[in-house]
Amino acid sequence: MSQLKNFTKGFVQENPVFVLFLGLCPVLGTTTSAINGMGMGLATTFVLTMSNVIVSLIKNFIPDKVRIPSFIVIIASFVTIVELTMQAFTPVLFDALGLFIPLIVVNCIVLGRAEAFASKNTFLTSVIDGFGMGLGFTLALVMLGGVREILGSGSLFGIKFIQGDGMILFVLAPGAFIVLGYLIMLMQKLKSKSA
Amino acid sequence: MEYIIIIISAIFVNNIVLMKFLGICPFIGVSNKVETAIGMSGAVMFVMVLATLVTYLIQTFVLEPLGITFMQTIIFILVIASLVQMVEIVLKKISPALFQALGIFLPLITTNCAVLGVAILSIQNDYNLIEGVVFAAASALGFGLALLLFSSIREQLDLAEIPEAMKGVPIAFIVAGLLAMAFMGFTGIV
Repeated sequence: MSQLKNFTKGFVQENPVFVLFLGLCPVLGTTTSAINGMGMGLATTFVLTMSNVIVSLIKNFIPDKVRIPSFIVIIASFVTIVELTMQAFTPVLFDALGLFIPLIVVNCIVLGRAEAFASKNTFLTSVIDGFGMGLGFTLALVMLGGVREILGSGSLFGIKFIQGDGMILFVLAPGAFIVLGYLIMLMQKLKSKSA
Repeated sequence: MEYIIIIISAIFVNNIVLMKFLGICPFIGVSNKVETAIGMSGAVMFVMVLATLVTYLIQTFVLEPLGITFMQTIIFILVIASLVQMVEIVLKKISPALFQALGIFLPLITTNCAVLGVAILSIQNDYNLIEGVVFAAASALGFGLALLLFSSIREQLDLAEIPEAMKGVPIAFIVAGLLAMAFMGFTGIV
């Protein structure tokens, strides 16, 4: 039961984007469509899960003083793996996400979970935590990307169902801020009602 | 002329915060007061210029000759992290006053994606050393401008009457969206 709770806490209660406000740069920068958001979310999920695995396994061998630099090296290695893999197998997505793939390194969620969770917990709970948090992050990105895609180009996951151009503003930078603002508002509203 | 174009483009047209979405965490996090916004901008400027300088030198004289440019991400983040530590130690020794002013912001900068982002961008744009440094300084100015404008608005927002669910972060994002819309007016001037 507690493992299940550990897995699902990232979806709503401790959603990294809507509740913790962590790692917002890629959230805004890559969600021009639902597909791009999903790509970014899954790439981050991979890095998050794998770095949690390694950190939880070697946490006892790392001296406390060089903890953070070691975590950064572990994370950067997995980001490089993702970067090269995406460049080889999904070149279109790689171009669309651009700069934000190497920037997964400085995504506060990844380092945050390594430091706050994986360095204190066992292997299994850390894996579940990383995977759940990653999925919560992906969920937020797909929601934001979906809303922006529907409003901005009248399609969802590339399937067009409204004729015409849509409100281009929502694909551009201001739309990202405004849609995220409203989504967080909705989240706070729901939370205050249930509490 | 070239430099003027880089400067105007980095500050206004491609503002790193409002158009490129880099450095959003400090943008939302430390923008409650004008004073802290100025401190943060100063620290970012300092580190960003230094980081771009150092990463450029590493890229041209180490990574490229050895053919290991795929190590870019790992090397750059390590360089930036150690640079921040070094700046902290040196500042403490040389100028305690400046350290007092920037001190608390320095550790936060390692995870500010704008620093790594600008370092990578100046290499992707094929800038030479001087262009890269100018680009970094101008980007930092753009960051400072956005942060200053935003924090001034947020100080006013504290006094405004806002629906309960909108308070805090949501309204901040909507304001940022409107600010980004205003900055879109600069599109096409260079």
